[in-house]
Amino acid sequence: MTPAHLARVAAAATPTPAADTPAAAGGIQDPAGPYALRVNGEVRQVRGAGAADSLLRVLRDELGLTGAKDACEQGRCGSCSVLLDGTLVASCLVLAADAQDAEVMTVEGLAAAGERTRVQQAFLDHGAVQCGFCTPGFVVAATALLTEAPDATEVEVREALSGNICRCTGYGRIVAAVRAVQAGDP
Amino acid sequence: MSAPTLARPRHTLGTDAPRPDGEAKVSGRFAYSSDLRVDGMLWGATVRSPYASARILAIDPGPALALPGVVAVVTAQDVGGSGRHGLSRPDQPVLAADVVRHHGEPIAAVAATSLALARRAATLVAVTYASVDPLVDPDAALAAPPLHPDGNVYRHLVVRHGAPEDPLPAGLVSVEGSYEVGMQDSAFLGPESGLATPTEHGVDLAVSTQFLHSDRDQIAAALGLDRAHVRLTLAGVGGAFGGREDLSLHLAACLLARRTGRPVGMRYDRAESFLGHVHRHPARLWYRHTATPEGDLVRVEARVLLDGGAYASTSAAVLGNAVCFAAGPYRVCSARIEGWAVRTNNPPCGAMRGFGCVQTCFGHESQMDALAAALDMDPLALRLRNALEPGDRLITGQRITGAAPVRACLTAAAALPLPPPLPADPDPLTLPGGAGLSAQAADVRRGVGLAVGFKNLMFSEGFDDYSTASVRVEIDTDGELVATVHCAAAEVGQGFVTLAGQIVRSELGIERVALRAADTAIGEAGSSSASRQTWMSGGAIASACAAVRERAGAGPHLDARHLRDGPIEETRVFRHAPTQALDDDGQGDAHVSFVFAATRVVVDVDPELGSVNVVQVATGQDVGRALNPLSVTGQIEGGIAQGLGLALFEELRTEGGVVVNASLRDYLLPTTLDVAEVVTALVEQPEPDAPFGAKGVGEIPTIPITPAIVAAIRDATGRALRRVPVRPADIALGEA
Repeated sequence: MTPAHLARVAAAATPTPAADTPAAAGGIQDPAGPYALRVNGEVRQVRGAGAADSLLRVLRDELGLTGAKDACEQGRCGSCSVLLDGTLVASCLVLAADAQDAEVMTVEGLAAAGERTRVQQAFLDHGAVQCGFCTPGFVVAATALLTEAPDATEVEVREALSGNICRCTGYGRIVAAVRAVQAGDP
Repeated sequence: MSAPTLARPRHTLGTDAPRPDGEAKVSGRFAYSSDLRVDGMLWGATVRSPYASARILAIDPGPALALPGVVAVVTAQDVGGSGRHGLSRPDQPVLAADVVRHHGEPIAAVAATSLALARRAATLVAVTYASVDPLVDPDAALAAPPLHPDGNVYRHLVVRHGAPEDPLPAGLVSVEGSYEVGMQDSAFLGPESGLATPTEHGVDLAVSTQFLHSDRDQIAAALGLDRAHVRLTLAGVGGAFGGREDLSLHLAACLLARRTGRPVGMRYDRAESFLGHVHRHPARLWYRHTATPEGDLVRVEARVLLDGGAYASTSAAVLGNAVCFAAGPYRVCSARIEGWAVRTNNPPCGAMRGFGCVQTCFGHESQMDALAAALDMDPLALRLRNALEPGDRLITGQRITGAAPVRACLTAAAALPLPPPLPADPDPLTLPGGAGLSAQAADVRRGVGLAVGFKNLMFSEGFDDYSTASVRVEIDTDGELVATVHCAAAEVGQGFVTLAGQIVRSELGIERVALRAADTAIGEAGSSSASRQTWMSGGAIASACAAVRERAGAGPHLDARHLRDGPIEETRVFRHAPTQALDDDGQGDAHVSFVFAATRVVVDVDPELGSVNVVQVATGQDVGRALNPLSVTGQIEGGIAQGLGLALFEELRTEGGVVVNASLRDYLLPTTLDVAEVVTALVEQPEPDAPFGAKGVGEIPTIPITPAIVAAIRDATGRALRRVPVRPADIALGEA
């Protein structure tokens, strides 16, 4: 399975088993055995995960990368957004074991510690962050959008970000931040 | 030691100061309550009732305990103390023992070595129920046998103003209407989570909450612990909106930690989150407005019925607001408003953003439009004619002594430019229903609606409302002055942490400000609710700064010379002016201050498909003084999005008391494509009694947006639309 195909499958998939079913989290049954994931440019060994564990669960609970959030675990909120070979996916809908051949990029990997990408800086400058629980997902989604369609219109920006839910901001400052990056504002 | 400088620090009051937690949040490194891990911890899960009403015949933890890795199962018999909790009165069992009163009521809790195991074990706890017909009609609750020893009426309140029973002269115009508001959910994005660690005599709990000290006191009383040994720390909070003001997993986590002697983490998934916190009260409203032919309001009569669900939470305060503000921000000669908040077997409801005022604003603003139509008046002109002014009396008899820019908000909203008309060949994404729902541009009708609302700031009706803060100033190892603020006010996303730094920079002239974690090691700050922390905890920090200045013998700029005798630390408690209880006629100076907003909405509607696109929101918002304009804008736009959700699709639905849409697939939240352009005019009339003249802005934006959207859809379609959220069938078929 190519990573690109995987991403399409992930986007179209019916939800994986909800997290309260035994197979979905914590490796109760059917352990997958140790495997490696390439995350943020590093090879990371995964030892305690089950075969049915989502990429989100492995990132958060096995690898300690808690930037991707778990607001719905149903592919409906975008808080778990990561890049899989550069393609935006909801990591709650991707099986971690299926991501072995792919390059996983999480919000933690976008910039070196203490540095910020233009998207991250724009989110700060334009008031796009309140409680911040959606912010990692939005930052990743906006990064993917600006890579794929740097000249998107405002409606296209809104369409591209419509898979990410924010409950605090009403989106105005988030869209303003993305538009500012497009305009090359400092 | 650096030379004293008189340069003003950056990021003082009135600037768009950046969030101190912003860098951590954009990089994914901010620690939310769900990110907490500690070696050797267990995970907890809750056993919840699938019934809305039942008797519990037996609970057998055996099958759960037989699962390897399960460490403990606790039930009601394991709870010490009172075994009950509640934000305003302790009527809610920690774990139900014999009676289930709502779907999702906690019955037992399980601790295991992983979250998945704990959740699986929770499904294995064998509970035998005898289901009982649920009481789900709030009207029927008034006369039904009591569901609880405390009865079925949380509060009954009548406001009588200006002889409302006297006959009216002939020649007046009356309009009458009934309205309904559905059950909205706060749906904060970060589900409930926390980590409880046992201590020798008590427990430490790191948790996402709005009100640390109330949580502490409820946990101590419910579990039989000395409150000095229940220590809470605020963990990173993923939004709140009222849904974290009551206890959620706190009790189960603390109980399991005490029982097992190990740290216990808990985290709700989204479905459990919908069952595990309070919702906005559904409301049934009846109104009759009477006016002179010229449009002067003579009398407002209303009945307000709030469904509080199974437990009290803040129902009494929500009803207080709903009734006190039921006539809207208008001068009214006479009024009679009667309200009830009742107990049913529906999910418990509490204080969601704008509590009480959101519900009745939909009623009074729908009525003002109906009255304008009956009088053949412009809706804006009718509102301007009756708008409250400083010095006017509310229907509770209280005279408004502060700023009341009702007219200014209305005229500011109405003066903002209208959007261009829908082009002949629009982007399909901008049509009602989006690109997929097949609206044709030629069928689309545009409508415009207007509404105005108001709300009290802070706690009312005689509540002893206060906040505590300490400010410590010292010289750090670089020789620079640094101020450290300690306050238990919960940062839930609103930006209090930003404001705290701004206040210290403005009041002490110190650039470097650090914030200690909010915890119960300092006195109470009260709840991050009721639009109160800017005034209350902002006031406490300002008072502590003034005390520091006084002790230092300094003016508005401290420098190293003022610290020759070492660090200076001062703690202050801040109270707002006292308020009164309402008397038997609902009269009294029950509120501290009031905040106002007017909102105009433009919609496009496909009347046959029943689909709506909100094109533009223009709003005039009373803010007193904008202490951080960017932050204020964020509160306004976010509040408007939530009110838009209530107008168009947000409703937690129940069948026989059982929640049927507890997921983000079925409970629809507004997205980037649903929320329109918001154009804001800030109305700045400093509030005389408020610290820095600022009014809290957390709630008011949410209030007039819902009726304004519905008014705009009525304008486009002519439909009555007496219920929110408005469903497509209500527009296409006139069903409500």
